[in-house]
Amino acid sequence: MHILPFIVVAWILAVGLYGIVTSRHLVHQIVCLIVVQSSTYVLLLGVGYVTGAVAPYFSDVGARTPAVDPVVQALALTDVVVEAAVTALLLAIAVQAHKRFGTLDPQELVQLRG
Amino acid sequence: MTPALRRWVFLAGLAGLVAFYLWGLTGLPGFGHYHGPYGTIINRVAVGQTNATGVVSAVNFDYRAVDTLGEEFILFIAAAGVGTVLRQLRDEREDQADAGGGEDEQAGGAGGEGSGDTSAPTDATRLAALVMVGPAVLMAWNLAAHAQTSPSGGFQGGVVLATAFIMIYLAGQFLVFRRLSPVAVTDAVEAAGAGGFAAVGLIAAFTGLAYLANFLPLGSDPGAVSSSGTIALISFLVGVEVAAAFILIVSELLDQALLIRQEGR
Repeated sequence: MHILPFIVVAWILAVGLYGIVTSRHLVHQIVCLIVVQSSTYVLLLGVGYVTGAVAPYFSDVGARTPAVDPVVQALALTDVVVEAAVTALLLAIAVQAHKRFGTLDPQELVQLRG
Repeated sequence: MTPALRRWVFLAGLAGLVAFYLWGLTGLPGFGHYHGPYGTIINRVAVGQTNATGVVSAVNFDYRAVDTLGEEFILFIAAAGVGTVLRQLRDEREDQADAGGGEDEQAGGAGGEGSGDTSAPTDATRLAALVMVGPAVLMAWNLAAHAQTSPSGGFQGGVVLATAFIMIYLAGQFLVFRRLSPVAVTDAVEAAGAGGFAAVGLIAAFTGLAYLANFLPLGSDPGAVSSSGTIALISFLVGVEVAAAFILIVSELLDQALLIRQEGR
């Protein structure tokens, strides 16, 4: 059983989480969250993959050609859009945090607010 | 909590997560051995039912169109949220973007007065950015118009279209960027894109079909640009919405950097 893609998922998730936990800069922390979310793309596409199958586009190949699962690919697209939305909001909040508190270090922000 | 302690607590939690994950993996079919019914069925029936050869787009804009409507409104609300979080606060004032007149052309620096902290882009940056604007607009509409045939669609096209506007900013033409995308107009365009998607669904409902059912003629030729009924229409509307949303988000962030000043500075 090939599980290497799923190990890659776990690795991307773990390094992203480690970055979030140890980060000293809000923008860096947001990028780490993007890394965490990237693991879900690999997971979704990995789950739907079929060995030897083509992409689910039938412009140039016959309608009976084996193709990978299009549903998880559509979900990955949703995932990307949600990530963009979340990132935009978090960056906006980081801008305001910097203006209010003069720092982008999450650990200093925690101390400011008790 | 000290950083070292935090790290150890995290690593302990991570070990547990990894254990559960590996346990879960044992129940999954191996990589490349997907046997789920839905993907297989949709790959068989989608081209015949929708005349779209891009099955991912058929899923996004037809079979799962309601989900995509929600997804689009997530982006819509995020743009509104960014505007709210980055609004002009009581102790802030906004430099007038238009006050400088043609200043941007001589100075090359973006943002009129009060933008002394932004350095002017080099000629190479300006040239590269301006050269990219036309191709970006073309590519955006190409992507948005081919959802039904190729791995593209409104989301991708919309982001590329927004990039064309951001290229204008990168070329040092912040004022041109603002004039081309005034917030009120961009807001209206974004609302038209998002509302248009919902309206397409309502039209289907009023004609007696299910909400967001594909009620337009499908065309005769699978894979033609004019085929696939509402899939192409919704993809176009999504492209409009996504482009406007990203332009709004970026211009809100740029306003913070270039125009909004705290009183007394």
